[in-house]
Amino acid sequence: MKNDTKNVVSRRGFVAGTTAFTGALAAPAILQAQPAAIKVGLIHPVTGFVAYNGQQGRLGGTMAIEDINKAGGIKSMGGAKLEALLGDSQSKVEVGVAEVEKMNEQGVAAYIGCFQSPVTIAATQAAAKYNTPFLVDVAASDVIVNRGLKNTFRLMPGFGVCVDDGIASLGAINKAANNIAKSAVIVHESGEFGTGTAKLLQTKLPSIGIEAKELIAHDNPTRNFDNIALRIRSLAPDIIMMSNYGNEYMLLARTLYQQKINVAGFYSILGGGFNYKFVKEMPDVSQYMMDVNHWFNPKSAKAQELKKRVEAGGALFTFEVYLGYSAAMLLADSLERAGSADKAKLTDALASSTFKAELMPYGPTKFVNGQNQGAKPGVMQSLKGDIEVIAPEEFASAKAVFPKPKLN
Amino acid sequence: VLDSQIIFAGVLNGLLAGGIYVLVAVGLTLIYGVLHIINFAHGSLLMLAMYAVFYLWRLLGVDPYVALPLVIAGAFVFGFVLYRLVIGRFSHGRDENILLITLGLSIVIDNAALLFFGGDTQTIDVPYAGSFVELGAAFLPLPKLISFGASLLLCAVLGLYMARSDTGKAIRAVAKERQGARLVGIDVDNIFAISYGIGIACLGAAACLLMPTYYVTPSSGHAFVLVAFTIVVLGGMGSFIGAATGGFIIGITEALGGLLLGEQLGQIGISLIFIMILLLKPTGLFGSKA
Repeated sequence: MKNDTKNVVSRRGFVAGTTAFTGALAAPAILQAQPAAIKVGLIHPVTGFVAYNGQQGRLGGTMAIEDINKAGGIKSMGGAKLEALLGDSQSKVEVGVAEVEKMNEQGVAAYIGCFQSPVTIAATQAAAKYNTPFLVDVAASDVIVNRGLKNTFRLMPGFGVCVDDGIASLGAINKAANNIAKSAVIVHESGEFGTGTAKLLQTKLPSIGIEAKELIAHDNPTRNFDNIALRIRSLAPDIIMMSNYGNEYMLLARTLYQQKINVAGFYSILGGGFNYKFVKEMPDVSQYMMDVNHWFNPKSAKAQELKKRVEAGGALFTFEVYLGYSAAMLLADSLERAGSADKAKLTDALASSTFKAELMPYGPTKFVNGQNQGAKPGVMQSLKGDIEVIAPEEFASAKAVFPKPKLN
Repeated sequence: VLDSQIIFAGVLNGLLAGGIYVLVAVGLTLIYGVLHIINFAHGSLLMLAMYAVFYLWRLLGVDPYVALPLVIAGAFVFGFVLYRLVIGRFSHGRDENILLITLGLSIVIDNAALLFFGGDTQTIDVPYAGSFVELGAAFLPLPKLISFGASLLLCAVLGLYMARSDTGKAIRAVAKERQGARLVGIDVDNIFAISYGIGIACLGAAACLLMPTYYVTPSSGHAFVLVAFTIVVLGGMGSFIGAATGGFIIGITEALGGLLLGEQLGQIGISLIFIMILLLKPTGLFGSKA
């Protein structure tokens, strides 16, 4: 008897085939079971006069979201992935608010942004209408967290803390130099961030024996700082304090150097242009300048690894990057604990968060009125074309040079 | 009350700043005088020229002042081709179309710059950046002195070219009477393109003179356009001498206003001049009635 096996399906083959077929049919069901992505709105000024800062903030946020997704997403939500919705505030308040509205329509679970204080104040207010959590990655004004908004959380320190810590450090530095500095001129940008910081400085400088001789405001952008340099020369302060965004910070520093303004020191609070690029490209101009600012924990292996990755990609490891990254990580941690993207649950999880931002020298988070109480700035100084941490002591990599040598 | 030495230094600083304003304004007024339009792409094209200077320095190590002839020539060719291929072609001879095209170009150029160059601030650190000349209370940075001298020289050369050369005469003829110029055989479209090219070449020169003391980002060119527009109105729309004079007046006004009233209020001086000129002498200091 001829046994034609060619067209006969064996029992084993039948079982295997039907299993595969059933599996194929079931595949869409399995795909459907994949939890929906959690939408996160990243709103930064990637165009306009602070475009660079915004692009850096976006870089940090998107890198964190990539890392979270690669590590399996939000495990308590069945491995749900985060999906970044990218918004451009164009460095304008009204556009920032429009982005909040647009992303709300798209169903975001939370927002991260917005670099500029005025944009952040308006955007957090807009998000509050929908009770959507808003994580402020960078924006210094304390108004952001002083309005009783339940949806707003800021991991980084505001200008109040930066001024307090900056004043304390300046007092210690000046004391070590036999209180050589008795007076200061404060040059600040005219917006909420610069003006708020300058006013706080003016009231607090007398506590360390320094008088604020004058507050000089300037617009963004400013073409020419020659007048301000002359004004400063006529006032003859011991210290020049600056609080402005990147371009104006750099241009002012360069003008003061070119105009040979001799002072005991330059001490900026949240100096927007104080970064690796500035000290490497203008070592003579930046030499001995000090800045109170956000800084990563140099002893954190995670921070060093991220720094290498960012630099390998051709970008600078600026504070916008690691604060943007940390804010997204804080959100992921809270989603994990909430086990849901429900806005109320997520807000509660953020409010009770004890997240350890590995990149930052902060300690576990503790939010009071949306402000992380452990957030602290560092004090840095440009020395020999590099940035050294000079305070707080536990993170210091060098001693402050103050007063600085005179310019010839 | 400020010391007279400080005021003297302020006036000198204003003159130095005015030198750069003059170059930007001369380009703007030349384009207005001939084409009868405000070039809305002026700031964006200045920014492009600044990037050209930056990359010549970064990639080839060319000093911004050495790059002057190259950037001026490149900017002229760019402006000429831009007019021939885009502005002239799509305007269909209507001035209002040119306005819209230059506005559109500005948006495209700004965003293309953001895409290709990024939003980062770029600067040039020349070895002589810290050199200066001391004159009483004034410390005049060497790069700004060089810029001032070069700006005056370039304006003088351009003035001579406009007065003596055949092309210069043709440009003036087209500016005065477009139809008449066409009747005597002048290729008006070509003169439009040449004028636009010269206007952009002025921006090329300004970019070389600015970069040793300023920075470039995709939005940095616009900082100079509003002030250049005020200068053009002050001097008289289309007036070459007016732009040169207006540049220095605005430079000094800005400097003294900043010193006496503070940096923010100091800018009021510029706006006041703008309003006063429009109210009292709308044709400007050297402008003639249309």
